[in-house]
Amino acid sequence: MNAPSSIPALEVRGVSKSFPGVKALDNVSFTIKRNEVVGLIGENGAGKTSLLKVLNGIYQPDEGELLVDGRPVKLASPRQAFDTGIAMVFQEQTILPSLTVAQNIFLGREEEFLRFGLVSKARMNEAAAVELKKVHLDIHPGTACVKLSFADRQMVEIAKALSLDSRITGNITILLDEPTSVLERKEVELLFAIIADLKKRASIAFISHRLDEVLAVSDRVYVMRDGKVVKEFDGKDVTEKDMHQHMVGRQLHTEYYREARQTACSDKVLIEARNLSKAGAFRNVSFALRAGEVLGIAGVIGSGREDLARCLAGHTKSDTGTLEVNGQRARFASVPQATAQGVGLVPAERKVEGLVAQFSVAENMTLAALPKFVAKGLLNFGAETAQAKSWIDRLKIKTPSPHAMTGGLSGGNQQKVVLAKWRIAGVKVLILDHPTRGIDVGAKEDVYELVRDMTSEGLAVILLGDTLEEVIGLSSRILVMRDGEVTASFEAPPGGKPTQIDLVQHMV
Amino acid sequence: MQTRKATSFSYLDQWRRWAPLAVLIALCILIGLFNPNFLSTGNFIRLLNSAAIPVVLCMGATFIILMGSIDLSVEGIVALTAVIASLLVANDITAYKLGLFAVPVAMAIGGLMGLVNGVVHVKLKTPSFMTTLGIGFAGLGIATAILGGLTVRIADPTFRYLSLGRVFGIPMAVWIALAAFLVALTIQQRTRIGAWIYAIGTDEVTARFAGIPVEKTRILVFALAGLFYGLGGVLAAAQFGQGHALIAQGRLFTTITAVVVGGTALSGGVGSVVNSIIGVFIVVVLANGMVLMGIEPYVQQGVQGLLIIAAVALALDRSRLSVVK
Repeated sequence: MNAPSSIPALEVRGVSKSFPGVKALDNVSFTIKRNEVVGLIGENGAGKTSLLKVLNGIYQPDEGELLVDGRPVKLASPRQAFDTGIAMVFQEQTILPSLTVAQNIFLGREEEFLRFGLVSKARMNEAAAVELKKVHLDIHPGTACVKLSFADRQMVEIAKALSLDSRITGNITILLDEPTSVLERKEVELLFAIIADLKKRASIAFISHRLDEVLAVSDRVYVMRDGKVVKEFDGKDVTEKDMHQHMVGRQLHTEYYREARQTACSDKVLIEARNLSKAGAFRNVSFALRAGEVLGIAGVIGSGREDLARCLAGHTKSDTGTLEVNGQRARFASVPQATAQGVGLVPAERKVEGLVAQFSVAENMTLAALPKFVAKGLLNFGAETAQAKSWIDRLKIKTPSPHAMTGGLSGGNQQKVVLAKWRIAGVKVLILDHPTRGIDVGAKEDVYELVRDMTSEGLAVILLGDTLEEVIGLSSRILVMRDGEVTASFEAPPGGKPTQIDLVQHMV
Repeated sequence: MQTRKATSFSYLDQWRRWAPLAVLIALCILIGLFNPNFLSTGNFIRLLNSAAIPVVLCMGATFIILMGSIDLSVEGIVALTAVIASLLVANDITAYKLGLFAVPVAMAIGGLMGLVNGVVHVKLKTPSFMTTLGIGFAGLGIATAILGGLTVRIADPTFRYLSLGRVFGIPMAVWIALAAFLVALTIQQRTRIGAWIYAIGTDEVTARFAGIPVEKTRILVFALAGLFYGLGGVLAAAQFGQGHALIAQGRLFTTITAVVVGGTALSGGVGSVVNSIIGVFIVVVLANGMVLMGIEPYVQQGVQGLLIIAAVALALDRSRLSVVK
């Protein structure tokens, strides 16, 4: 074990990094001491991943310097970072399914197994077995990774980073970017055990959205916001609430779900479903959705609520039952039909289904309502931009311009673009499928605020919430689904909300 | 100690893996039922012989397709190298008599053409589709220009032995194809480049992050493919005893069909040279079977065309594919 030294293992001094329109890192200073676990927290888009990518040689900083063991270094590539003693476990996995476990672990570093230009698979597998043992993964190193589960691939990814251990003689630093998001509880515990063990020899930086995890493993915590380090906590005398506060930069108040703004719903029924059924998805679902109402649907995966949402928005057809929109029989055979009747779906897979990442903010916003911007067969760009601008202001979307590429925005801002798209299309009923999944606390509050805005304007929302707490907090009425059927219905007026237990007992 | 077992492959994946072999066996049985001659030793050797050149060409093309690229320069490079090889051995137009030394020269020229493919594709960042189409036409053009549209006749029996000679009753071309396969298999399984090809084809960004010299690898693989095509050109010249610009006609389609029918994905990262061997035999057996059954040549071409579409359609996992370009 190395004696703790005053020279940090890794130090970042005044690093800045800009991308078109966004300052990802703004004069960031950050150190990891030897044998220390440093937690890095912040909202999405705060710059955590960018910082790690600078440390791993993927991004080259515009300004500032990097010091390893007190010596200034320039890291031009992840490979160079590795040779310097820095390895990173990526948020999005980099395990290649077509290669074997051993080939993945030593990808790009096969030279140590070369003999006469040929790779000795036996020696490579042997070396890989050593690394796999560290993560307690009992698989043959020659197994193709396509056969592994996501969690196992994550463990291979970690083993890949740990292979640094036996290859670099000096200090090593392991950067972990949300390594736990695909892991089960047991594996998370195992990872923590590995981190505790690794600490004897390595320095570790750890990003996670689960603050309890950060608290559990970190000796020190940095909070980032808007590309800057805004707070550094020493020791373990810090609470989740403290961290929250600094992440959002404002006090978390009890008014999180804006219950005061919950509107009493009108008598005007916007959608009425009677005995909707779809084989293998849901059965005999009936409900009436009134203007100004937030109808929450609670249920576990497989409860049929996702299928119901897709069906209501015209993505799939129901087998039997009737649907009335504004008192008229409707049967949506396609999404445009549903849109024309005023029903829109904000899908859970924002990047895949909700947005065209390569399109500009303005283009995405007007996508569902293009005919409104067409005059004499030609698109009126001026009107499109003006409309986009007004919604950018209204929803406080952080984008350099209406013409910036949507893919470059943070998750929360992308979600706002999706919401604006449906507002521009003039929908009366908006189905929100996990609208706050993967977006940070501040952006979540913005989404809640927008939901309240919509209902007070007489729109209705069907909400498939990310958490039960969210469903309860936002909804004025809650349906509980289990195995495709509605098992309970709760009124949820402000001050008279059902508890999570009330809901859960009908869910499972 | 807490341990985890690998989750098993789905049946569908298993089926995709073995489908090409199943198709080949089914084809052999079906054609054998129609015409027992199909299963004779003589026909078997004929099959091997007609598979020889496609196998050599496929070895190069497989690596390119595994990288997620495509190589349409096959015919151009085969034609040019065949013409050059025929002009370098004893022939009726030039006075060169290099004999077997013509082989490495022709292969080197093939490799050089491949290198140009790679360098242009990587340095100018032009899609491989367009680059190789262009270089291929350039090759055909040069081949035509060298001979002025004429045909050169080869008068070197040693050179022709490369195709026609027999060892243990099996044509020399088959042995050469076997050697090409073993070399390709070694490259795929036992060299760094082999693993890198899969890595690049699966996820180029990850490959780059891992420190793989992606550009160099791409260029090298295109050059390597050129070497195989050069060898294919030599075999074609030796087989027909002549060189002319049209000698490679139809080779491109057969090559790509065989690679794809064998189960190598056009999207890259999935497949192998072993798959391509099976693919070549599917194509060759089908062609041979249709001849035995007396089907017209034009119909045969049509069947080949349908085959490649069927193979791609079957190989795709459409449940995960919502957008097709």
